[in-house]
Amino acid sequence: MFARLHHDAPGPTPSRDIETFLRHYEGQELLRFVAVGSVDDGKSTLIGRLLHDTGSVYRDQIEAVRRASARRGVDAPLDYALFTDGLRAEREQGITIDVAYRYFFTARRKFIVADTPGHVQYTRNMVTGASTANVAVILIDARHGVLEQSRRHAAIASLLRTPHLVVCINKMDLVDFDPDVFGSIRTAFAEFARGLAFHDVTYIPVSALAGDNVIERSPRTPWYEGPTLLEFLETVPVLDHRNHRDFRFPIQTVIRPHLDYRGLAGTVASGAVRVGDEVVVLPSGRRTKVASIDTFDGALEMARTPQSITVRLADEIDASRGEMLVAPDRPPTVARTLDAHLVWMDDAPLEPGRAYLLKHTTATVRAKVTDVHGKTDLFSLGCVATDEVGPNDIVRVRIEAARPIFCDPYATNRATGAFILIDPVNHHTVAAGMVERAFPVDMAREAAPDGRTGATVLVRGPYDAAMDAAERGARHLRNAGLLAVAVVAPGSTSRALETPEGSAVEEIARAVREAGGVALVAIPDADACRVDADLVVDADRDADGRLRLRPGAPRSQDTPVVERVRAALRSATTFDPSRVPE
Amino acid sequence: MPRNMRFTRPDPPVLLQDQWNNGIHGFDEGPCDDPRIHPARLTVAPATVKSKAPYPPAEERATVGTRMDLPVPSERLTHLRLLEAESIHVLREATAEFDRPVMLYSIGKDSAVMAHLARKAFFPGKLPFPLLHVDTTWKFRDMYAFRDRFAREHGIDLIVHRNEDGVRKGVNPFDYGSQVYTTIMKTEALLEALTIHGFDCAFGGARRDEERSRAKERIYSFRDAHHQWDPKNQRPELWNLYNGHVRPGESVRVFPLSNWTELDVWLYIWLEHIPVVPLYFAAERPVVERDGTLIMVDDDRFRLREGETPRLERVRFRTLGCYPLTGAVRSTATTVPQILREMLEGGESERQGRLIDFDTDGSMELKKREGYF
Ligand SMILES: Nc1nc2c(ncn2[C@@H]2O[C@H](COP(=O)(O)OP(=O)(O)O)[C@@H](O)[C@H]2O)c(=O)[nH]1
Repeated sequence: MFARLHHDAPGPTPSRDIETFLRHYEGQELLRFVAVGSVDDGKSTLIGRLLHDTGSVYRDQIEAVRRASARRGVDAPLDYALFTDGLRAEREQGITIDVAYRYFFTARRKFIVADTPGHVQYTRNMVTGASTANVAVILIDARHGVLEQSRRHAAIASLLRTPHLVVCINKMDLVDFDPDVFGSIRTAFAEFARGLAFHDVTYIPVSALAGDNVIERSPRTPWYEGPTLLEFLETVPVLDHRNHRDFRFPIQTVIRPHLDYRGLAGTVASGAVRVGDEVVVLPSGRRTKVASIDTFDGALEMARTPQSITVRLADEIDASRGEMLVAPDRPPTVARTLDAHLVWMDDAPLEPGRAYLLKHTTATVRAKVTDVHGKTDLFSLGCVATDEVGPNDIVRVRIEAARPIFCDPYATNRATGAFILIDPVNHHTVAAGMVERAFPVDMAREAAPDGRTGATVLVRGPYDAAMDAAERGARHLRNAGLLAVAVVAPGSTSRALETPEGSAVEEIARAVREAGGVALVAIPDADACRVDADLVVDADRDADGRLRLRPGAPRSQDTPVVERVRAALRSATTFDPSRVPE
Repeated sequence: MPRNMRFTRPDPPVLLQDQWNNGIHGFDEGPCDDPRIHPARLTVAPATVKSKAPYPPAEERATVGTRMDLPVPSERLTHLRLLEAESIHVLREATAEFDRPVMLYSIGKDSAVMAHLARKAFFPGKLPFPLLHVDTTWKFRDMYAFRDRFAREHGIDLIVHRNEDGVRKGVNPFDYGSQVYTTIMKTEALLEALTIHGFDCAFGGARRDEERSRAKERIYSFRDAHHQWDPKNQRPELWNLYNGHVRPGESVRVFPLSNWTELDVWLYIWLEHIPVVPLYFAAERPVVERDGTLIMVDDDRFRLREGETPRLERVRFRTLGCYPLTGAVRSTATTVPQILREMLEGGESERQGRLIDFDTDGSMELKKREGYF
């Protein structure tokens, strides 16, 4: 295995010196690319050949494919497409209908291929594959030229801001490796691609079946001077699909092993951060400094996208999941109103005006599509009016979110410009979204001095049940699109949170409420507590150890937020394994 | 060069110290921290990439459209650092969104890597979820010993679950055949454990490169209230935005190692000094040869056939499961690099040694539909 490529390759080979080989392999970069082609363009054959010729398939798999190929005839050639064969149902239908991921490496790089079917009904699959790709490889059958399909594939890759496009003009063996065929397809495609947002487009004449210009130069295309497909993939820059300039750090979770440590864990979505950097916490807008960047492997001076780190702040700021640390000089837009592209994924059509859940970085908010500007016609790249938005449609819409999100245009920042829409009832992922334009909120109006969007919830009951209920309740509310924080006194008495000026619990709860969030307060002696609660929830456990939350009855002064909290918590009965009866 | 950009080899952890001392892992093979000795392990400098026909220079490229040109740093993360960061992201994301996560712990090398990543993800805190070992009662003795020590040394909340009904009935791989045995002791036991504890998210160490039918598996694999996996009803996964919404009773299997390959896993074990069960390394072990497969006779419950006498051979295991169903390979590899050399040169896939896969093509998919991974 792997011997073939490594013999001629510059790197060390496993048999010559395993340690050097491993060191070499370890230092490699990763390139993700998406491969797309219509049925029969030869995509499976091409990927199968890349896997086989780079030595990435095991001997027993090769044997299995050899046996399967031989069943078709005594001296049938090896059917490379079989290396990428997938699910049973698809195999029976003989087509690929879902994104499959393949892995291979060469002496220069490691690769992840998103193998996506090309038919129009699978646009959503190609979008999925392209969302993380740095290169899109599109196959065109040399005999058929640029079909509508090919244009659509290129337009989708461009919409998803895949920087590099490779157009493989395949089955050149069937057109006698005619440079004119290649040239005219190239010209036709380039004409169309001029309107797209690629950094560069490369055209390669190949025969996936015979291997011409896949790995090695073909002697049958002496007129072609460019790289082979593998050479291109081995040398194209790997990192330029990320934004390395604007620091964005969506908080995933708070790590709090003991009272003296409070770390904000997350992935650097874009840009970089150093210890001592000033950062702004959104949505509160408070400024502070980065006190340390912690990892299991030691503290760091600096971290950059896409590293996963834990940040500690210089000031006691109660930031939590769904909030974001950003660079003060280049903040994202704080917006509730967006113009965005949606790729509709679900079988049920879009319902304008209906509340969906919008997940953006680590925040989930409720959002409505208030206006459908039109459908993007991938053939003309224009926008046409539309009545209904169904599966695989690409539309431009106006979205109104219930709470602000902190976003950038997708064109400049994939990580903070991307979102998904989730059906709140059946939980399907119904759409992929890309922010085109975000309208900044009027912060003065958002401040909601009347506490319109905030609430304080007091959780009563046996203390361990109440603490648990506050933590889990907060998670349920966040998943339901609210900004929720559990305020839990760590000790066995609320005195643990007393300050000379009064109860810190009260202060934190008030601050959360004023910032438009829902504070779930659990303190040991809840009855004696002076927290001004909008809603009281009783928590206990039933005989089976199930945690039960019982929100108080509706009152006339309840705001819509309180009503939503009540509804969400009523469905939040959860199971506690520590109480499982033996 | 910031230190986070590359792997350094810290001192071996105190964990399972005597394994290190015994040299079973072969980690003490000379100095490795000096970048002059192993320049390739640092981040990749663009200059190391050479090609006859490189990515064409800018003026020759057909540059189209408008695109913001942002600065790109010259130092890059290696592919392993990238995979590590993505796995940590997934672990944190699922833990933040689910009520009752659990990590399935099979004691194998993939579980070892997954648990190590989880420790990184929640450092300096403890793991915010328990580990669940589904015990068929027929694992290798070395695996049980390793499991108990691992849990003890890291203060891990370990749940061990057996299908007690199966144990009472004496279900074993000899009388019931591998299929029935696996269904009862593994698949049913797992589903039982998930139901009893009300877990709505189970981390698993499966990788997409393990088997062809896994290539389309999602990182979040959705299961209905009966723990069924429906290939037609999986959610699209875009960017790194995962949809963790489930209704009561429904659950999700989350695979943080989806994009790792077998080579990556071993390399990471090597670089990070992650302890693994000694069975992965060659040693003299009592085996019998059955239908062309070497089976280790790990205890006296093993039913020898007529004429079979265990003999000592130098063998190791590529995957670990129930000992009567796990094939050994003849080997002299006692270090991770030696294992990798045998793997890279030999070219057999790791599933070769798993007897439960030796039925029809597509069997993994059937097992997945039933709830087994
Ligand atoms: N002559 C020729 N046939 C090819 C080439 N590439 C693929 N094919 C054939 O085209 C058919 C479809 O190929 P396949 O890889 O299954 O296409 P997919 O549907 O795009 O995955 C198969 O019969 C292949 O053998 C090529 O370069 N030359």
